Amino acid sequence: MKRVAILVAAVLVLAGCSAQPATTETPTPDPVALTVYAAASLTDSFADIATAFEKENPGVTVSFNFGGSSALATQIVAGSPGDVFAAASPATMKTVTDAALTASDPVVFVTNTLELVVPTGNPAGVTGLADLANPNLTIALCAAEVPCGAAAVTLLAQEGVTAAPDTLEQDVKAVLTKVELGEVDAALVYKTDVESAGDKVDGIEVPGAEKVVNQYPIAALSSSENPAVAQAFVDFVLGKSGQTILAKAGFGAPN
Amino acid sequence: MRPTKRGIAPALVIPAAIGLAFLVLPLVALVLRAPWGSIVQVVARPEVLQALLLSLGTASIATLICVLLGVPLATVLARSAEWPVLPRRLLRALITVPLVLPPVVGGVALLLLLGRRGIIGQFLYAWFHVSLPFTPAAVILAQVFVAMPFLVLAVEGALRASDRRYELAAATLGASRWHTFRRVTLPLVGPGVSAGALLCFTRSLGEFGATITFAGSFPGTTQTLPVTTYLELQHDPDAAIALSLVLLAVAVAVLVGLRDRWLPGVTG
Repeated sequence: MKRVAILVAAVLVLAGCSAQPATTETPTPDPVALTVYAAASLTDSFADIATAFEKENPGVTVSFNFGGSSALATQIVAGSPGDVFAAASPATMKTVTDAALTASDPVVFVTNTLELVVPTGNPAGVTGLADLANPNLTIALCAAEVPCGAAAVTLLAQEGVTAAPDTLEQDVKAVLTKVELGEVDAALVYKTDVESAGDKVDGIEVPGAEKVVNQYPIAALSSSENPAVAQAFVDFVLGKSGQTILAKAGFGAPN
Repeated sequence: MRPTKRGIAPALVIPAAIGLAFLVLPLVALVLRAPWGSIVQVVARPEVLQALLLSLGTASIATLICVLLGVPLATVLARSAEWPVLPRRLLRALITVPLVLPPVVGGVALLLLLGRRGIIGQFLYAWFHVSLPFTPAAVILAQVFVAMPFLVLAVEGALRASDRRYELAAATLGASRWHTFRRVTLPLVGPGVSAGALLCFTRSLGEFGATITFAGSFPGTTQTLPVTTYLELQHDPDAAIALSLVLLAVAVAVLVGLRDRWLPGVTG
């Protein structure tokens, strides 16, 4: 049943885009709806942050558009309305800042590193990064166009491994789902994704991964109809409560 | 032309025009925004040609499978008119489900059935060491799953519209049931089969959700043109628009081919 629940969740994430109710100019107590575009790897921790933020700010409801950071950046540049963008890489954030669509300079709020992930029990007996070069194993990586894929390319190059992937997925959660289902023998995902999957997967630390650090920048968007509330959300993520939730999910502190 | 009482009520014309505009304008925008200067360059990129060939190849095989399995299924469905209500409705519903199902759900369902740990897939893997996901075969299966209903419903429509008396005549003249099907029924519904096959082909060509979920995405193996288009959208939107035009052109070409000669036979 758990597996079904994961699938339902995955489908809901894939179904993506949330509706955006009308907003009003004045802040609380009038209801304010905030739309946050966030990298797929932030799915669980940002949901927790939203709950805490809504508790501190009555009348504010936060809804999310989770997805691959590049896809989100493309949507924002194409004019999709939103209030905050939290990306999984400075490069994807740069797409948005280049289009002058952020209200202030992006700030790095967490870091993340990669880890090998295998189905529970490690049926293929994967031991390290070198196994990704084994053509007999089924390997999933993120596509190089999305941050987790870019990080994987850097890590593999750094460690001198020529991977033999069977699929290049569009975002990190799609990779994780395929590991949880046991369809792939090994994959590279973020440490935080291994944490969030709990006992459905096993993580294997990769020596050298600590040197490939993905920085996550966040910024309020200039298209926000509630710039004060949008900035308040950014500050909340950077503040103590936000950082505590993110640290618990396995993210590293910004350096 | 008899524009008297039989004309369309004005109350219907306006929503109809809005409806048509809603269907057509997004495609017009696509055409207007197209980087016409660079289309040839984009399409000639090796990875794009590879994806296009993979799409054409898998969609052709998927269509063939749809015809081989779908025509018999359509025959059963057409004859189910003589069945009791419940099984008749159930059969029709089961065949129609993939049409209304989000393709991603179809992909998940295929994984749960034919994946390496799927209900059937685990035995394929244990006995024959066959793992379907991430192979071109998985792309074809995903396409067959989403496209076969189009063929079945098209052929079934043609079968129901055809005159059964020809079959009865053949039977009274001593033809076997198989012989009757081959020499009388099939030629009668030939246009319906062609129409269904073309719809099937275009639907397969455009398949995205079930493919990326069940077959994944790898250049040359499972990365079909719609998947490439989605990927390009993330870092080169102009290239994505160019690829969308290619898919649109194929779809329109097929539909123009369908026009008049075949569609009335299907719907009538």
